[in-house]
Amino acid sequence: MEAFTKLKGIAVPIDEPNVDTNQICPTRFNKVPRGPAYAKVLFHDRRFNLDGTEKEHIFNIEPFKRARIVVADRNWGCGSSRESAVYALYEFGIRCVIASSFGDIHANNCTKNGVLALVLPEADVIALRKQLHEKPGAELDIDLAAQTVIDASGRKYTFDIPPARKKCLLEGLDDIARTEVYEAQTAAFEAAYRAERPWLYQANAAQN
Amino acid sequence: MVAATMFDKVWNRHVIAEEEGEVLMYVDRAYFHEGSSHAFTQMDKRNLKVARPQQVFGFTDHYVPTASRAGGIAGIAVPEIRNMVINLHANADKYGFQLFGFDDPRQGILHIVPPEQGITQPGMLICGADSHTSTHGAFGSIAFGIGASEMMHVMTTQRIWQRKPRTMRIRVDGKLGFGVAAKDVIIAIIAKISSQGGAGHVLEYSGSVFKNMTMEQRMTVCNMSIEGGARAGLIAPDETTFAYMQGRPWAPQGKAWDDAVAFWKTLPSDEGATFDCEVTLDGAGITPMVTWGTNPEHALPVTGTVPDPRSAGDDDKRIEFETALEYMGLKAGMPLSDIAVDRVFIGSCTNSRIEDIRAAAEVAKLGKARVPAWVVPGSQTIKLAAEKEGLDKILLAAGFEWREPGCSLCTALNGDQLKPGERCASTSNRNFRGRQGTGGRTHLVSPAMAAAAAINGHIVDVREMLRK
Ligand code: SF4
Repeated sequence: MEAFTKLKGIAVPIDEPNVDTNQICPTRFNKVPRGPAYAKVLFHDRRFNLDGTEKEHIFNIEPFKRARIVVADRNWGCGSSRESAVYALYEFGIRCVIASSFGDIHANNCTKNGVLALVLPEADVIALRKQLHEKPGAELDIDLAAQTVIDASGRKYTFDIPPARKKCLLEGLDDIARTEVYEAQTAAFEAAYRAERPWLYQANAAQN
Repeated sequence: MVAATMFDKVWNRHVIAEEEGEVLMYVDRAYFHEGSSHAFTQMDKRNLKVARPQQVFGFTDHYVPTASRAGGIAGIAVPEIRNMVINLHANADKYGFQLFGFDDPRQGILHIVPPEQGITQPGMLICGADSHTSTHGAFGSIAFGIGASEMMHVMTTQRIWQRKPRTMRIRVDGKLGFGVAAKDVIIAIIAKISSQGGAGHVLEYSGSVFKNMTMEQRMTVCNMSIEGGARAGLIAPDETTFAYMQGRPWAPQGKAWDDAVAFWKTLPSDEGATFDCEVTLDGAGITPMVTWGTNPEHALPVTGTVPDPRSAGDDDKRIEFETALEYMGLKAGMPLSDIAVDRVFIGSCTNSRIEDIRAAAEVAKLGKARVPAWVVPGSQTIKLAAEKEGLDKILLAAGFEWREPGCSLCTALNGDQLKPGERCASTSNRNFRGRQGTGGRTHLVSPAMAAAAAINGHIVDVREMLRK
């Protein structure tokens, strides 16, 4: 997994609550194999007409075409568990989404792909978006180890992040690598568990 | 002993290790579908194997055609979809997991088939490659959706890393009114707690309303927990649960059954157990519900009117409402029952079980569909049962279409979709923009309400039809 340590880049304001993963990656693109093609999938039906021409959308204009960070509202990424929504963000170039809250599954999917789902209070995301509208192309400076965001005016915001999530992102640590350490414990766990609930391991009991 | 919640009891028994505030948990069951290809791609890349093939199950539902099954897999018209199905079948052969394949007589939706087959059981930790995995919480299991990377991890290790969520108890007591369905109860709950109200929480539904529900109704409720922002929702297992499970193919048999029931009886929350958060609704006050906007919390009793954005509260809410109404093509103040629909969809893992089809047929008896109305059973098992009861005949005679099982118009992946601007009364779970097809407009309702909309050509209070 790609590590996330620091990021300085253009941020794009998305003034909309409850942006669901259907908006980020319309369902029919789910089956696209992961790769650069996902850059165009991001917000596809908001960005493109049925004939493929561009609509008016903040992701279609400079300097936001080069954005690395999204500043959103509340409940970003609610809805479907599709990880393709993260692939779309990632391939577009986004490495961090700042919102006042996230859909739980989407926030996990972000983490597993080296994208930082960063929570700031509602008032802060509103202030940040206002600034980004006033100064299009303004950059944010994010430091995960220090848990800080610094905006274009130099104002510093601090954020909380669960320690495990922080560690995995900082080290680019993959879940499988974390899990492998616990093989012996798992074997012991499973032996006891099987003895306690043997019926869980019956394959189609009716046919046996 | 400290009084424990059902959630704590199930959670604690699955913890293998703890690290940095996360726990490594043992997974009893994993469910995925032909669209879970990203997980298999990751596995192949890293040359990993399925760790416990007996505990993982594959389903063909999201992409499969629902028009006809003639010609089997080779008869799937869209090559991309045919290949996805072929790939999942090949992975089942390669790794040895149970697949309910395209041509299986038990084929159906991944949240419909496991309960039906007795694969979902109380006290389990279940992960699914789909957010509506919360459905299985109806059996007193912790069941939640995960993305492709996490599914790859579950398939190859039978474990998952989790942070412990908080608990929220949703109490609904009282007697539900005439014509009020489980779907109305859960929509009313979401309208109350909001679409993010349950974020970071696991819900426990308790109170006489859920106690009196059938398993199918409980599944409808738990199914939409995710629409309230919660990843999982649980209902305590009881005699209703055991009666539903007994004799199903994967359910324990003989002495194992007795042992299992004895264990399942220990699961409900102890008297005096405390929750991080409590919400109460009056069951008697719930009416048939309909959504008017682009989020499940945008819901009102069918007797209401489209809300005026100016009365929405703050500026953010006003803009949210205006945007939603613009997309939905609705005017503030119009009665919800004046909303004309172009189509009706009765199906999805929320409402495609036999009781849902019975409810729809009951209403279909009262007239003829004025707009195209689809009924898509959740599984072949349900389809067959409905046909045995003659429900298909009733529906067909009323001009409804009777189709093959799958997700269909719930998510529009298989080509079943709304045209831009088309309006649909739907028994599915999401009214997000474009969910049922680009530009499509969705109103979420119960099966009886959907059938009533089909017969009237507009949203209608089904109680008026049933009372006559
Ligand atoms: S029916 Fe709809 S919500 Fe249910 S699993 Fe299929 S796509 Fe998901």
